Amino acid sequence: MKADDPNIKWVEEPKLGLSGKMYAPMFVQGLATTFKHLKNSLQGKAVTVSYPEQEPQFDNPLIYRGVHRLNKDSQGRVKCVACFLCATACPAHCIDIIGIESPWEDREKYPESFTIDELRCIYCGMCEEACPVDAIELTSLYNLTGRSREEMIFDKEKLLSVYDATKDTEPMRSPGMGGAV
Amino acid sequence: MIEALIKIAIVIGGLMTAAAYFVLLERRMAAWVQDRVGPNRVGAPLSQLNKSWKDLRLFGLGQPAADGVKFILKEEYTPAHVDKRLFVLAPISILVAALATFAVIPFGSILPPGLLSDEPIALVISPGAGVGMLVVFALSSIAVYGVILGGWASNNKYSFLGALRSSAQLIAYELPLGLGILGVILATGSLDLDKIISAQAETGWWFAFTQPLGFFVFFVAAFAEAARLPFDLPECEQELIGGYHTEYSGIKLLLFLVAEFLHMIAASFLIVMLFFGGWHFWFITGADANPGWVQAILRVAVLMTKIFLVILFFMLVRWSWPRFRFDQLMAFAWKVMLPLGLINFVAVAAIDQFRTISGNTSPGMDLLCVAVAWVICIVAWVGISFAGPLVADNRPRADLNPFDIDSQI
Ligand code: SF4
Ligand code: SF4
Repeated sequence: MKADDPNIKWVEEPKLGLSGKMYAPMFVQGLATTFKHLKNSLQGKAVTVSYPEQEPQFDNPLIYRGVHRLNKDSQGRVKCVACFLCATACPAHCIDIIGIESPWEDREKYPESFTIDELRCIYCGMCEEACPVDAIELTSLYNLTGRSREEMIFDKEKLLSVYDATKDTEPMRSPGMGGAV
Repeated sequence: MIEALIKIAIVIGGLMTAAAYFVLLERRMAAWVQDRVGPNRVGAPLSQLNKSWKDLRLFGLGQPAADGVKFILKEEYTPAHVDKRLFVLAPISILVAALATFAVIPFGSILPPGLLSDEPIALVISPGAGVGMLVVFALSSIAVYGVILGGWASNNKYSFLGALRSSAQLIAYELPLGLGILGVILATGSLDLDKIISAQAETGWWFAFTQPLGFFVFFVAAFAEAARLPFDLPECEQELIGGYHTEYSGIKLLLFLVAEFLHMIAASFLIVMLFFGGWHFWFITGADANPGWVQAILRVAVLMTKIFLVILFFMLVRWSWPRFRFDQLMAFAWKVMLPLGLINFVAVAAIDQFRTISGNTSPGMDLLCVAVAWVICIVAWVGISFAGPLVADNRPRADLNPFDIDSQI
C-alpha cells in the first residue's frame, strides 16, 4: 500500500494539552491510580481467591460450565431419549451413547450406556444447548480430579449420581420437558 | 586487609540477599498494584520433615530460595551457534562490574574506635578513594560491554538488535547522568561520595532541594541506566523478545537478572547519597566526622531506610508509567535531558558565584538561593515542554507523493 492510496484514512493525532506536554502532571495522575490500587489491596480487597482454603463464589451456579450430569424425571428414570443430538453437537467428540428401545410406554428409545470422557471435554456447553429434553446439564462442580484416565470417563451411573448429588443445590432448569412428568 | 575482606563479605552477602528479597518484594508490589495477592505460599515446608507438622507460609519469604533453586536446576542450554567464550564471559562481566561499583559506595558513615579496632572504621570497602564517582562511572560503562557481548555472542539477530538498542540507550543516558552529578561536584568540590554526604550534612540542605533540576535529570537518567520502566527497552519483556539475553537460560540468565537488580540498587544508593543527604537526617544523625555508637548505627539505619524508599518508588513507577517509544527515548535523552542538565550546571555555577560574591551566609540567603533554583527548574521544565521535542510525527506524509518521499530519504 502506497502513501497516496485513496483507501488510507488519515487520522490526525489528538493534540497534547498543557499537562500532557509537561508530562509530570500526567505522571502524578498515574501514580495516584497506582497508590489507590495498592491501598485497596493492602486493605484486603484483592480479587484473588486463595483456592484451597477459600471456595470460589459463583454469581450464578446454574450457568457455570463444570462436570456434566444426566437428569432424572419424576419417576427416577433417566430423562435422556437417546436422540444423539448432544453427541452430534459435541465439538470434542467425547460423548458416546448406545441407544436401545425403551421399556417404557412414553418414549421410543433410551440410552443403554452413556459415557462422557471428561478429559476430552472442553466444557463448551454445546451438549446442554442441543438436548431437546434438557437431560444433560453442566453443573458447577469445578474441582474434578482423578488418578487415571479411565476414572475420568464417566458412565451413565456416575452421571446420574452427579445429578443426585447436585439436584438440591442446582435445580433442573426445565423439569417439565420430555418424557412423563 | 582482614577488615576489607570482612566488609566485602558483608556487602556481597547483603547485596545478594537484598537482591533476592527485592525480587520477592517487586512481585508482591506488582500483585498489590494489580489487585492480586502475589506469591505468599512458599515458606518453611515442615511437612516434608514430619508428616504431622504443618507447612509454615511466612508470607512467601521462602520464594527467593525456591526461585534460586529453580534457576540453578533448570537446563542451562548453550545454543550451538554461539561464541562459547564470549557467551560465558558476558554475564560474568556484567555481574562483576555491577558488584565492583559497591567498592566505593559507602553503606554507612563511620564506626567509632575502641570496640572493634583502635582506628575508626569507615563503612566503605575502599575508604579514602578520593575519586569514588569516577570509579562508579567507569564501572557502569563496563556494564554496557556485558550487554553488547551478550547480544553479539548469541549470534542471533534479535539478541543483537536488543544489544544495539540497549547500548544506544545506556550510552545516551550516561551524558545526563554525568551532567546531573556535575552540579553536585561543583557545589562540594569533591568526587568523594563521603565528602559529598558530609557537605550536605553540614549545611542541612540536601542537594535535591538546592539543585532540583540536577536532581530530576539525574533521577531520570538513573532510571534509564538501571533499565527500569519507563526505560526498559533493553528487555521489553512484553513485546520485543527479551533483548540481549534472549539466548540465555539457567544460571547465566540469573546472573544477568541479578546484575540488573544490582544496577537498580546502585542507582538508589547514588540517588540517596548525591541528592538526599546519604546518612544524614535532621536532628537525628548529627553532622560531625566522629559520631558515637548510637549515631553511627542511626546513620546506617537512616541510609538504609532512604534507599529502601527509593527502591519502593522504583517499583511503583514500573506500574504507573508506560514505556517510551525508542525515538522518544532518544529524543528525551538528547533534546530534553541534555539541555536541562546544561541549564542546571550553569544555574548551580551562577548561584554559587553569586553567594560567594555577596559574602552573605545567613539562612535567608540559603532560602533565596533555593527559591531561585526552584524557579529556574520550573521555568526550564515548562519551556522544554512547550518546545515539545517528544512530539514526533513518524507517519508517511499524505501530502507528498511517493517519489518525493523517496527523494527525502
Ligand atoms: S461440554 Fe462441549 S465438549 Fe463437553 S461434552 Fe458437552 S458438547 Fe462435548
Ligand atoms: S442427552 Fe439429550 S441430546 Fe443427548 S442423547 Fe440424551 S436426549 Fe439427546
